[in-house]
Amino acid sequence: MDKFTKLSAIAAPLPMANIDTDMIISQQYLKTIKRTGLGIHAFAAIRYHDDGTEREDFVLNQPAYRKAEILVTGENFGCGSSREHAPWALKDFGIKCIIAPSFADIFYGNCFKNGILPIKLPQATIDLLLDDAGRGANAIITVDLEKQQISGPDGGTVSFEVDPYRRHCLLGGLDDISLTLAKKDIIRTYEAKKRLSQPWLFRDPDNG
Amino acid sequence: MAKTLYDKLWHSHIVEQQDDGNCLIYIDRHIIHEVTSPQAFEGLAVAGRALAHPEAMLAVPDHNVPTSADRATAVNSEDSQIQLDTLEENCAEFGVDYIPMLDPRQGIVHIVGPEQGFTQPGMTIVCGDSHTSTHGAFGALAFGIGTSEVEHVMATQTLILSRQKNMRIDVGGTLGAGVTAKDIALAIIGEIGTAGGTGYVIEFTGSAIRALTMEGRMTLCNMSIEAGARSGLVAPDQVTYDYVMGRPQSPKGAAFEQAVAYWKTLPTDEGAFYDKEIFLKAEDIAPQVTWGTSPENVLPITGVVPNSCGNENIARALDYMGLKPGTRLQDIAIDRVFIGSCTNGRIEDIRAVAEVVNGRKVSDHVAAWVVPGSGLVKLQAEEEGLDLILIEAGFVWREPGCSMCLAMNADKLGPRERCASTSNRNFEGRQGPKGRTHLMSPAMAAAAALTGHLTDVRELDHG
Ligand code: SF4
Repeated sequence: MDKFTKLSAIAAPLPMANIDTDMIISQQYLKTIKRTGLGIHAFAAIRYHDDGTEREDFVLNQPAYRKAEILVTGENFGCGSSREHAPWALKDFGIKCIIAPSFADIFYGNCFKNGILPIKLPQATIDLLLDDAGRGANAIITVDLEKQQISGPDGGTVSFEVDPYRRHCLLGGLDDISLTLAKKDIIRTYEAKKRLSQPWLFRDPDNG
Repeated sequence: MAKTLYDKLWHSHIVEQQDDGNCLIYIDRHIIHEVTSPQAFEGLAVAGRALAHPEAMLAVPDHNVPTSADRATAVNSEDSQIQLDTLEENCAEFGVDYIPMLDPRQGIVHIVGPEQGFTQPGMTIVCGDSHTSTHGAFGALAFGIGTSEVEHVMATQTLILSRQKNMRIDVGGTLGAGVTAKDIALAIIGEIGTAGGTGYVIEFTGSAIRALTMEGRMTLCNMSIEAGARSGLVAPDQVTYDYVMGRPQSPKGAAFEQAVAYWKTLPTDEGAFYDKEIFLKAEDIAPQVTWGTSPENVLPITGVVPNSCGNENIARALDYMGLKPGTRLQDIAIDRVFIGSCTNGRIEDIRAVAEVVNGRKVSDHVAAWVVPGSGLVKLQAEEEGLDLILIEAGFVWREPGCSMCLAMNADKLGPRERCASTSNRNFEGRQGPKGRTHLMSPAMAAAAALTGHLTDVRELDHG
């Protein structure tokens, strides 16, 4: 997995609430067996006209934000479908950090698995960051995961909370499957006990 | 200490409590479909890892499958075919139970799991699909996961999770005629919003919930994710045991008795603590319909399209839906009807539609589809003659699959087409680019099919 330590980048304001994962990547682009190449389809319905040309009113199409790596957005971001194609598409587009008042649970977890840092902050702080983001390339925002701190273009800082395990994995770019596989014996012990107390849970010829 | 149903499910699946507060949680069952599993299998193959427990998995293709009669040859895109083939190949290679498209048991994963007895009370059940919450109807901790987590479960049979909070939503009293589990679900989302359940597991309690069949409980838990909760729960009871008994993968004989004895220990203890409690009265719930592009944009059918009052999200939704504030919901004309999905594609739903139809005809300007949730639902309906009633009325009777719930196959709305749908999401473009979705119960969708506009099923004369 990609590491996330510190990022200084342009932040794009997208102050809409309830942006769902269908909107981030719509169903016609889910017919892939790869994790890559979805960036051009991110936000397709609000990013392109029917003829495939770009809509000027979509923030990430505007010259100041084409290289944005941070998205500052509205509440309940990533609601709906569990499709990991949503963070894959955002990552492929170049987004590495999303700042919102709240996220939907599944999307939030999916981000960490892909080296994207989602940050929850109170709406009042988001409003300030939206102002900063509104200044485009003149307003570089720095996100420091080690210090759990965001610094704005004018020097002000805000701290944020993040789950310690997820932070640990992101900082080290760790593959959590290998971390869990190292606990194989604990898992086998659990299974052995459960096999005794709830044998019907384990499928064998007598148990369906 | 008194525990909730969720507390019990959580504690009984802890493999290890980590120092950082997260837990390694054991996963009993894992369902996969063609859209969210290929990248996980690929990850395993690249890392040279095996499946921890292939026998704890079940694979069914559902999102891409055609629902036309010639489905065997009708897959309409190469990409869809590749996804379907990849699932089949992966299952063969890794030794996973696979139900092929032409098998009578094929259907939407969340309908097939319960039908096969793969879903049982007390389990943890995951799938790379947000509507895995459906299985919570059995008193199982069931939730949707992303593809990276799918891979984690495949390799380890566990997930690293943080504990959710407990929410209880109690629906007391008795539902009125024409009011269903779908209306409870929509009314709840209207009440708490699409983020209201974020961070919680919702347990549904109360006499109106107890009175629901398993089908109704599944409809309700299915929509928990639309209220932001990854899981919904209904405590198991006799209705649950009766449903589980005798299914292909259910425990048999003495094992079943032993299982029931355990399942009886699962319901929430008297005096257990919920972080949040919400109380609704069944009598206050009218048939619901959505007017906007989020499931929380919902009103009783007797309502009118709201004014945006300067709210940009509402203004955008009204514009997308092509609706004017002040319009009576019942005056909204529709073009299409979709009856199906993992929310409302079960036998009871099809029976409800047939009952409303009762000899009448689908309005001539409406194209109405019934897509059974599984091959077994379809067979059962045909055995009861429901297909004939529906075809006679002018409905199109399809093969099982997700179909127009998400429009990944050929089944979709045209731009600006308006649909009365029994599915679960009315997001922009969900049923096809620029398509317009109104969510409602099967009975309400049937009523709309007959009149050609949104209709209060309670006022349709039953003559
Ligand atoms: S029916 Fe719809 S919601 Fe259910 S699994 Fe299929 S696509 Fe998802």
